[in-house]
Amino acid sequence: MTVKAGKPQSRLDPEPMPRRDFLGLSALWTMAGALLFSALGMLKLPKAAVLSSPSKKFSVTLPETLAAGEAFVPPGRAVAMFRDGEGVHAVSTICTHLGCVVKPTTEGFECPCHGSRFAVDGEVTRGPAPKALAWLKVSNKGGTWVVDEETTVPAGTKETA
Amino acid sequence: MNTPMIEPRSALQVFRDNLLAAPRRLRDAMFRSGKPTTDRTRSTFVFGNVFLHLHSVRTHRWNLRWTTTMGLGIATTAAFLITLVTGVLLMFYYKPYPDAAYDSIKDIHFVVPTGRFIRNIHRWAANVMVVAVILHMARTFYTAAYRRPREFNWLIGMGLFVITLGLSFTGYLLPWDQLAYWAITIGANIAQSPREVTDALNMTEWFDPGGFQRLLLLGSDIVGDEALIRFYLLHVMILPLALVALMAVHFWRIRKDGGMVRPADADGRLESRKEETYPVFTEAPKKTYQLAAIVKGKTSVVNRGPENTVPSMPHLFYAELAVLMLTTLICIGLSLLSDAPLKELANPAVPENPAKAPWYFLGLQEMVAFSAFMGGIGIPSIVIIGLGLIPFLDREEQGTGEWFGGAGGWPLVKQAMVVGFGASILIEALVIRFGWLREWFPAVPQLVITAINPGTVLTLVYALYSVWLVRRYNSTRAGALGLFTVFLCGFVVLTIIGTYFRGPNWEFFWSPADWPGH
Ligand code: HEM
Ligand code: FES
Repeated sequence: MTVKAGKPQSRLDPEPMPRRDFLGLSALWTMAGALLFSALGMLKLPKAAVLSSPSKKFSVTLPETLAAGEAFVPPGRAVAMFRDGEGVHAVSTICTHLGCVVKPTTEGFECPCHGSRFAVDGEVTRGPAPKALAWLKVSNKGGTWVVDEETTVPAGTKETA
Repeated sequence: MNTPMIEPRSALQVFRDNLLAAPRRLRDAMFRSGKPTTDRTRSTFVFGNVFLHLHSVRTHRWNLRWTTTMGLGIATTAAFLITLVTGVLLMFYYKPYPDAAYDSIKDIHFVVPTGRFIRNIHRWAANVMVVAVILHMARTFYTAAYRRPREFNWLIGMGLFVITLGLSFTGYLLPWDQLAYWAITIGANIAQSPREVTDALNMTEWFDPGGFQRLLLLGSDIVGDEALIRFYLLHVMILPLALVALMAVHFWRIRKDGGMVRPADADGRLESRKEETYPVFTEAPKKTYQLAAIVKGKTSVVNRGPENTVPSMPHLFYAELAVLMLTTLICIGLSLLSDAPLKELANPAVPENPAKAPWYFLGLQEMVAFSAFMGGIGIPSIVIIGLGLIPFLDREEQGTGEWFGGAGGWPLVKQAMVVGFGASILIEALVIRFGWLREWFPAVPQLVITAINPGTVLTLVYALYSVWLVRRYNSTRAGALGLFTVFLCGFVVLTIIGTYFRGPNWEFFWSPADWPGH
């Protein structure tokens, strides 16, 4: 049976799609699909899989004279180290707000960028920082201390000598 | 033999004549139509040129009046062209690698012949472009040029606005000095700030759009060589190409939307200038306007009473060239007066204090200083969505093409300015004097601060005011006028406070002279 395009035979029998339209449409949709998936594939490229940053572990020798409550900042690192009777701990000095480096003071830390303040244990006391400064894992390697900037520990964790 | 003999020319003579005629023939081949002296050649001059034909061949006299556009769109274009030329020149010496980048900028500044001048012009033109695009947006808004049939062009314009800011911001990183490094650190962490919410809800581990955005931007977990090359690629390639493509659509749409906006009764209000605006269709043009039959929308000639158009060449083009020259002059003048800044080499251990973003982001930085996510992502998204919705919410017709929509508009805008300036200054004064939630209730959860902070409160006040305007005047146009005005005022106030009144630790100072340790 031949059906003429453009003349539906009844209300229940909708106009069949002419073959040429069908082929054209499938070609179009195939192309759209291919483009979509290739675009998704290409988007994977800019998402780095291996991060180029230098090692996040470093070792420190604390100066003999470091008093309890006084901060020691290893040169070039965004970390403040403390030693007291209970042991040694390290607090990250990267502000939890927008990543500026906070400065240790006698009352805790202060951030130069938007004025966040933190207590000595890293808790936020003022300003826009959404959470406390991170405590970092410290391990004792016979006289020197190894700080791992990638591993956080609960606040209050101290490593004994 | 009395018929005059035509001396046959030798091949050598023909060669000589052709050689002499070559320049003229090259010109004919290039321009095809003769000098633009008659109506017809003026038209062919425009539509025979791929660049010029983005314009229509004739321009309505209303749109040539200075007060219609103030030349702001063209000034933006001009500033962009200036950055394009100077930017390509800077690329001769610039090296996109940390430390090397800083040294190369230093070389450009101190060693390269004219290097400092070119760098200054590039920097100033970028600033001029940002100012011009903001003013241009305000002008299209206040003349209601966003209304049907120009809604789509308004959206294209918003794309241009965002790309313009993106270009300026990516360029800010390239010198790799302290200013650049810390602005990018802050910028990248703003991209990461959805964590402020996901952290508070304890779901960052499995849903972390913030971390993903930051990784995509930096290509690493630190601001380093990967970040620099990405910003460089965006700055010299991706964003300029996107901008040029959108600009082409933007200009072409102006034409297709029936020329620039003008009041329905513009013809009646222009004083008659018969000798300049004689009808076009008397000379039997070579090219007919049949195309108009298949182009949607009103054309400038149908149902428009007496024709009030003049040839775009020279009337429009000379005006455009004048704006181009003026913009260039401004950029050069500023470059002679003041040098582009270059701080010390980037130092990841010591933040610049205060670390300030480029000035047009300082309003945002002011809000970010309350909540990173709301100030940096939430409120800007609300503003962008709101701007994009304006042409679809305000469907009125009255006052299109009039400044402030005609009578009654200006008083309303003045009132909105009082509200806009008043509310933002008031809330800033409150915060500067008394602090905010965390200073009052130290235990308040972060989510509460994210939801209720000076930025969101101000946004809410502004939104409520506009809704009130819609009800009070029973007009969506009134609401739109108010909304745009209050947000513009808020932007101005926050930007000024961020620029002039914030010092070290982002504390308030009446003047930089009071900054400690300076
Ligand atoms: C790189 C940025 C931009 C460039 C280069 C640009 C350029 C132009 C130019 C040359 C015109 C002709 C009229 C005039 O000079 O005012 C124009 C018109 C227009 N622009 Fe833009 N523009 C930009 C951004 C924007 C933005 C941010 C908006 C608004 C969101 C916008 C919305 C419009 C509209 C609606 C028109 C039509 C105005 C009318 O019909 O009177 N443009 N633009
Ligand atoms: S980065 Fe520390 S307060 Fe903003």
